Amino acid sequence: MHNLDQIVQAAVLAFAATDDADVLEQIKAAYLGKNGQITDLLKALARLPPDERKTAGVAINRAKEAVETALNARREAIRKMALNARLAEEALDVSLPGRGPAPGGLHPVTRTLERVESLFRSIGFEVADGPEIEADFQNFTALNTPEDHPARSMHDTFYLLDESGAVAEGVLLRTHTSPIQVRYMQAHVARYAALETMPEIRVIAPGRVYRVDSDATHSPMFHQVEGLWIGENVSFADLKGVIADFLRRFFESDDLQVRFRPSFFPFTEPSAEIDMAFMSGAHKGRWLEIAGCGMVHPNVLRHVNIDPERYLGFAFGMGPDRLTMLRYGINDLRLFFDGDLRFLRQFV
Amino acid sequence: MKFSESWLRSFVDPACCGPEFSHLLTMAGLEVEEEEPVAPAFSRVVVAQVVSVDRHPNADRLSLCRVDVGGGELLQIVCGAPNVAAGSKVPCALVGAALPGGLQIRLSKVRGVESFGMLCSARELGVADDASGLLLLDAAAPVGEDLRRHLDLDDRVLTLKLTPNRADCLSLEGVAREVAALTGAPANYIQAEEVPVAIASERAVVLDAPAACPRYCGRVIGGVDATAATPSWMRRRLERSGLRPISALVDITNYVMLELGQPLHAFDNQRLAGAVHARMAQPGETIKLLNEQTVELQSDVLLIADERRPLAMAGVMGGEDSGITLATTELFLEAAFFTPQAIAGRARRYGFVSDAAHRFERGVDFAATRRALERATRLVVDICGGQAGPVSEALASLPERLPVRLRPRRVRKVLGLDLSPKRIEELFRRLGLSFVRDGDDFIVTPPSHRFDMEIEEDLIEEIVRLHGYENIPAALPRAALSMLPQSEQTRPVARVRQMLTDCGYQEVINFAFVDEAWERDLAGNERLIRLANPIASQSSVMRSSLLGGLLANVTTNLKRRQSRLRVFETGRCFFRDPLGGPVAGFRQPWKLAALAYGTALPEQWGCAARNVDYFDVKGDLELLLSPRVARFEVAAHPALHPGRSARVLVDGQAIGFIGELHPQWQQKYDLPLAPVLFEIDLDPVERARLPQYVEGSRQPVVVRDIAIVVDHALELQQLLDALSADRPAIVSDIRLFDVYVGRGVEAGKKSLAFRIVMQDTRRTLLEAEVDAAMQQLLNYLQQAFAARLRV
Repeated sequence: MHNLDQIVQAAVLAFAATDDADVLEQIKAAYLGKNGQITDLLKALARLPPDERKTAGVAINRAKEAVETALNARREAIRKMALNARLAEEALDVSLPGRGPAPGGLHPVTRTLERVESLFRSIGFEVADGPEIEADFQNFTALNTPEDHPARSMHDTFYLLDESGAVAEGVLLRTHTSPIQVRYMQAHVARYAALETMPEIRVIAPGRVYRVDSDATHSPMFHQVEGLWIGENVSFADLKGVIADFLRRFFESDDLQVRFRPSFFPFTEPSAEIDMAFMSGAHKGRWLEIAGCGMVHPNVLRHVNIDPERYLGFAFGMGPDRLTMLRYGINDLRLFFDGDLRFLRQFV
Repeated sequence: MKFSESWLRSFVDPACCGPEFSHLLTMAGLEVEEEEPVAPAFSRVVVAQVVSVDRHPNADRLSLCRVDVGGGELLQIVCGAPNVAAGSKVPCALVGAALPGGLQIRLSKVRGVESFGMLCSARELGVADDASGLLLLDAAAPVGEDLRRHLDLDDRVLTLKLTPNRADCLSLEGVAREVAALTGAPANYIQAEEVPVAIASERAVVLDAPAACPRYCGRVIGGVDATAATPSWMRRRLERSGLRPISALVDITNYVMLELGQPLHAFDNQRLAGAVHARMAQPGETIKLLNEQTVELQSDVLLIADERRPLAMAGVMGGEDSGITLATTELFLEAAFFTPQAIAGRARRYGFVSDAAHRFERGVDFAATRRALERATRLVVDICGGQAGPVSEALASLPERLPVRLRPRRVRKVLGLDLSPKRIEELFRRLGLSFVRDGDDFIVTPPSHRFDMEIEEDLIEEIVRLHGYENIPAALPRAALSMLPQSEQTRPVARVRQMLTDCGYQEVINFAFVDEAWERDLAGNERLIRLANPIASQSSVMRSSLLGGLLANVTTNLKRRQSRLRVFETGRCFFRDPLGGPVAGFRQPWKLAALAYGTALPEQWGCAARNVDYFDVKGDLELLLSPRVARFEVAAHPALHPGRSARVLVDGQAIGFIGELHPQWQQKYDLPLAPVLFEIDLDPVERARLPQYVEGSRQPVVVRDIAIVVDHALELQQLLDALSADRPAIVSDIRLFDVYVGRGVEAGKKSLAFRIVMQDTRRTLLEAEVDAAMQQLLNYLQQAFAARLRV
């Protein structure tokens, strides 16, 4: 018996002495192989006297099991070691940058316009669009600004040449997005002509507009958003509510101050200029002109066949460029139209 | 409207002042754009008289003066000014004075001689820029008087940004009327009493165009001294209102215009012939104006003329050869009412502005014409001497002031604010509006100085202006809720933009007016839409393509050392098109253009750097159009490389083009690499398909690959078109997966490898059927394209 224990002990030591799976199998053969020591002992059993055979058989088999257990344990250990070695070898520098393209970004004014649109959509405003080369009628006349009206000098209008080189009659680059209102109202009136009560008009009209003006605070092309709400019961108080609500949501600032002061636009009466003031930040406490607005002038409603006695409402126009500058702390309007990626990429 | 606050306060002097006063005006619709003190702070400066001037014993350029500052004793003061002279009155800063810029005046020794103060120049006091010598004061200035008081230096200059409807505030009196209404302070207006007629000289006035000029008053004033000095108080008020004093007569007409709002004009009576007419110009008639501009007149221009020639563009500007000069001794002074319609836009048409036209086109009080004439006459006689002749007046029908009805319930409806009739009545009284009551309603007759009260809303504005916009509640509106339409068959442009930014493109916004060369080079546009009044010659044409702007973005960024660029823009483009609309003659479609320049990927460690090419950008475009599959056809485009560009078609419709910039333009625009770009109509990209479920087959799919060798020039599209028209029924898809040129493929040829997918929707395909189909395809390719199987 002593001999068996020695064999097992030797096998365990021999297994432990190698890290190599192939060598391990060779060592295994020395014990459990065809001519291995354990195998030889088992073979020798037959030659033992029958009374010893049983006891010896049990002892040898026990030793064989012990060797096999040690072998399997060692196999598993070596497999683990090999796996660990492979994993270590395959390790990456996970801090290296990922591969592939870099995202682009929206223009900051587009970000603003999308926010403005979604805020107004949330209270049921549609978004309308219209031509930028506009008819004099829609840009001025229908907005209660006949030719030679002094208000026309408030807009330095771009005019076009016809193909003979003369100034083209009756067309211009729109000076505001208000003509979209006119077109929208005309279409709305036509669509619901058969109804007893015209459904409310709630629409905003964002877009590019043009005026002959170019310096640090004026660009010959800039943006406007015009808003319009017409119904049977829409008042100046509603206008104040909507604008204040919008500005607070847009700037995500519940404490910003809004004030309305009398002004003049040919297409609204009464008219107001809207100023706002932040309660914190770089512009803290300063009144900033942010929009013009007012109750739609009865003549404008008449021009599109809406009865001003029955329906009334408000219109406002604001500058998304200015909203963008205030929102992101931009100090020069010209940056918007310069295409400088170092500027634009800050809004990705 | 710029004016001196102390002048205003000579009419109405409310308790509130400074920023509070400005705020009051601003919140009433008279926006105070600027408010500036007329002089910086300083103290202990008085009116002094120089009694004697001697040489300084130790300095050639200094004088030793004895100065009377009203204290009884004369002060010894050292002075370096070249214009110091005995007898003159000048400002003197006394010992202890604090001057602008922090200068403190102390008892000091100048080159060994004691000096008890300092005589001052205008610049040293901060009242003007002149530093060439002492500020000389009026001979009548009281010695010893505080200079700030003497020159009214605690005054402020206010600049109002008036809206065009408030012509009534283009005068001190008008602003005073407004301030009185806002504050309730009493107002003292100018009492312009009639000046006694002292001579009989008279000139007839005739209204030939009574609709344009319904009232004309004029009078001769003889024996005037045109060289008389304008009094300093008048000069000061004019200067603080932004007008340069010129000569007494001109200054008086300007002064009265500022004071009362009535523009006046003074003719040299001896240069007039016969009666003065207000008539329309004859077409082609010319006049040389006071600004030395000679203009050719159209028949809608109102003229003041004598029997021989035009004298003035009425209400706009006088003529050069009939105006007053310093030699004038007899003048003909005009005060008239010209209707806004007769004046509006005329000055602008000839490219200038004038204070008179500015007022007439907005509306001048037609009831105050004579009053202004009397006021000006009084000032002329007082300042320049002379005797007034009788007033000649011609009168036709003046504008009517029709009564306007105001319904308190309408006020409530428009403002969302309940105002009691009592409150409305009070506000109307403060505004000086005359009214009668008709039941609940007010019937208001607008005054002659207001041209902006024609309808009920105008009165509502007046009420709320005075009541205070801040007193209207801000209400969150109530409305019937209904959902907005949301079509699934359109893709919002925001989504399109997002797809492009996800592909790495940065959005830009470029001007819609561009360089003419871009239109010619890049769009081949010969029917340009030119601006009549561009801001610059390189922005003079409306764009028909977005490409020029994107190329300019490349140049701009290359200059700023950005060598890789992916940009896009969405915007309207403009075309002359007789069928265009909604504005006749123009088509204005939205377009989308994108440009890639530089390496295909941002510089990175994990990918070999290579420059962007046609197929990179085409992939982006295909993604954008997906799930629809666009066709790309060879077609010439002026901007693009003819061998590396294509027309893009969706559903058989051309929607734009894609390609590499033509090397010619790459060179002209000085770009080291070729940009790849596309431009398409936005409309098809915004259309989306509503998905429709189709049940798929459960039969197994058989996939076979085939590689063929064809002519290098053969377009894949031709081959695919032919195969899709003529292929075995069981072939469900043919996909290109490799293109090979090189070893094993002879020159002038290319190898194309296709994956052929086959399926029968009802049963499993037999091996023989598959073999037959493949053979059929191959035979067809051999026949139609001389293809050879590559093995």
